[in-house]
Amino acid sequence: MTVVDAGAKITSAGAATSEGGQELRSRSEISQKALMREAGAVLRLSESAAAALSDVAGDVGEDQSMIINMGPQHPSTHGVLRLMLELQGETVLRCKPIIGYLHTGMEKTGESLSYLQGGTNVTRMDYLSPLNNELVFSMATEKLLGIDGDIPERAQWMRMLLSELNRMSSHLLFMATNGMDLGAVSMMLYGWREREEVLRFFQKVTGLRMNHNFIRPGGLAADLPAGWRDDVLHLLDMLPPRLAEYEVLMTGQPIWRERLQGVGVITQSEALALAATGPILRSTGLAWDLRRDLPYLKYNDVEFDVVVGAHGDAYDRYAIRLNEIRESMKIVRQILDRMPSGDYRVQNKKVTPPPRGRIDESMEALIHHFKIFTEGFKVPEGEVYVAIESPRGEIGCYIASDGSSVPYRMHVRAPSFVNVQCLPHMMRGGLVADAVAVISSIDPVLGEVDR
Amino acid sequence: MTAVDTTSTANTAASVASDFVVPAGAIAAESCGQRVLFVEPAQYLAAIESLYRDGFTMCVDLTAVDYLALPGRSVPAGVVVERFEVVVNLLSVARRERVRVRVQVADGASIASLFDVHPSSEAMEREVFDMFGIRFDGHPDLTRILMPEDWDGHPLRKDYAQGRIPVQFKGAAS
Repeated sequence: MTVVDAGAKITSAGAATSEGGQELRSRSEISQKALMREAGAVLRLSESAAAALSDVAGDVGEDQSMIINMGPQHPSTHGVLRLMLELQGETVLRCKPIIGYLHTGMEKTGESLSYLQGGTNVTRMDYLSPLNNELVFSMATEKLLGIDGDIPERAQWMRMLLSELNRMSSHLLFMATNGMDLGAVSMMLYGWREREEVLRFFQKVTGLRMNHNFIRPGGLAADLPAGWRDDVLHLLDMLPPRLAEYEVLMTGQPIWRERLQGVGVITQSEALALAATGPILRSTGLAWDLRRDLPYLKYNDVEFDVVVGAHGDAYDRYAIRLNEIRESMKIVRQILDRMPSGDYRVQNKKVTPPPRGRIDESMEALIHHFKIFTEGFKVPEGEVYVAIESPRGEIGCYIASDGSSVPYRMHVRAPSFVNVQCLPHMMRGGLVADAVAVISSIDPVLGEVDR
Repeated sequence: MTAVDTTSTANTAASVASDFVVPAGAIAAESCGQRVLFVEPAQYLAAIESLYRDGFTMCVDLTAVDYLALPGRSVPAGVVVERFEVVVNLLSVARRERVRVRVQVADGASIASLFDVHPSSEAMEREVFDMFGIRFDGHPDLTRILMPEDWDGHPLRKDYAQGRIPVQFKGAAS
């Protein structure tokens, strides 16, 4: 961490720009009203009522507080997240996340890639759950095409299988990073090890460990390979004893509980006001899971529980993710039992390429193949928003189409981007030593925050 | 501590009627089976507040579209199209419903900020300002969020070139 003088330097950095500085300004530069407004808005209080809260500490003199800079290059910020913290002693008074260090204009890029190529772009946003990104993009495209009701059963069950395995791999990596952030360094190795087993299965199915571009508009790129069932069963047999080891290593351990319980607390009304979704919202006790509440694919046909917390603290978020791995395994077992046979993509020659064998014998199939891979397929004019439950919360895809084969506008509602807004409220009044635990409990993926 | 939820708490979707009061001045439409409301900029904030009272307490997404290259797009009768469109996706947890609000914003015009109703719109409105240059009146901290503070232009506008990195060939003069 670098210590920045809370005085003149920040002022000059902010004043040099035409559209306002992004950095946290010191107390002397902003009005008391502005200071109270943000706290009050989230707590649904007036500014005067917010000022009366003791943990906001509005009367701190400037000489008593200090602004320190954490990141962007900091191992515990999960990428390049930069936080500016205003401290009074060891207490965090204010916090401002500064993002954009990983911004590569993926939404702009998406406007020049056809719907078939778009998957390669969105899959790189949340690089820990690429299959969920592809799924939401494909579902939005299918809705615009009007073929969302025609997707074959097998394709839907396969999508669900990959989505749940991806949730498991993402949460396993959370176990690893959360462990390392809090000093359980061996957990880092265990979490990565188990995640790698899941990625090995992905590699067998899609050819790649990450960034698969496997779920495509109309279905999937290929069928499951021979022997996939044994590989999934191997995962399901391997994981439960490993998860039990995690429980021994972390859940019941006094140091672990001391570090997480009561840290980074957020209330249900705050979480709703900040549109936090996923494990953050569920940790406040609200059972909101899009898989159950606004079901998509075949989630209506499988049994699973929505895991909720009660305290809204970092410990709840840890425990929710650990148990969500178990719930996902439960879903995967049901998928194994019920996987139907059939086609893995819709047989609509305007959307999906013809089978390879047809190209050798049919001129028409060759033309369709050529057209789809050169200019793509045209999508009717319109706009649509589709959202699904990613490991981090609601991931949504908004596509506006002008009738061509390239999206006119493609926007991804990234759960991490919205969830990072919770940081100032989780950290307010906490200790600077807990900052790392709080960031870790949000589980942000900066590729998705900045897009 | 975690509790496993098997009953549906806080979800009384069955008892809530799926019809809500369409805010004054809004034109209801449908897009791919999803509910869309077109709102005048002057009535934008009031409409969002009315929907908030109706249960749409979560502003899950706020974004914009630059329709510069698509002036003749199809909108319901009575909607005057402008260059930009701000799109707000609202969610009601109690009703398990979504509604999308679309507002037309002229080039150079500003629009009310939703911050006081939905604090979650803070970062999203900053992103829209950064990417499209649409100003939000009453936003507490309207600065660039993804681009550097000294950046020129707003990248997601249709008249902003995508830019490219020239391909370098080995041995060729660059």
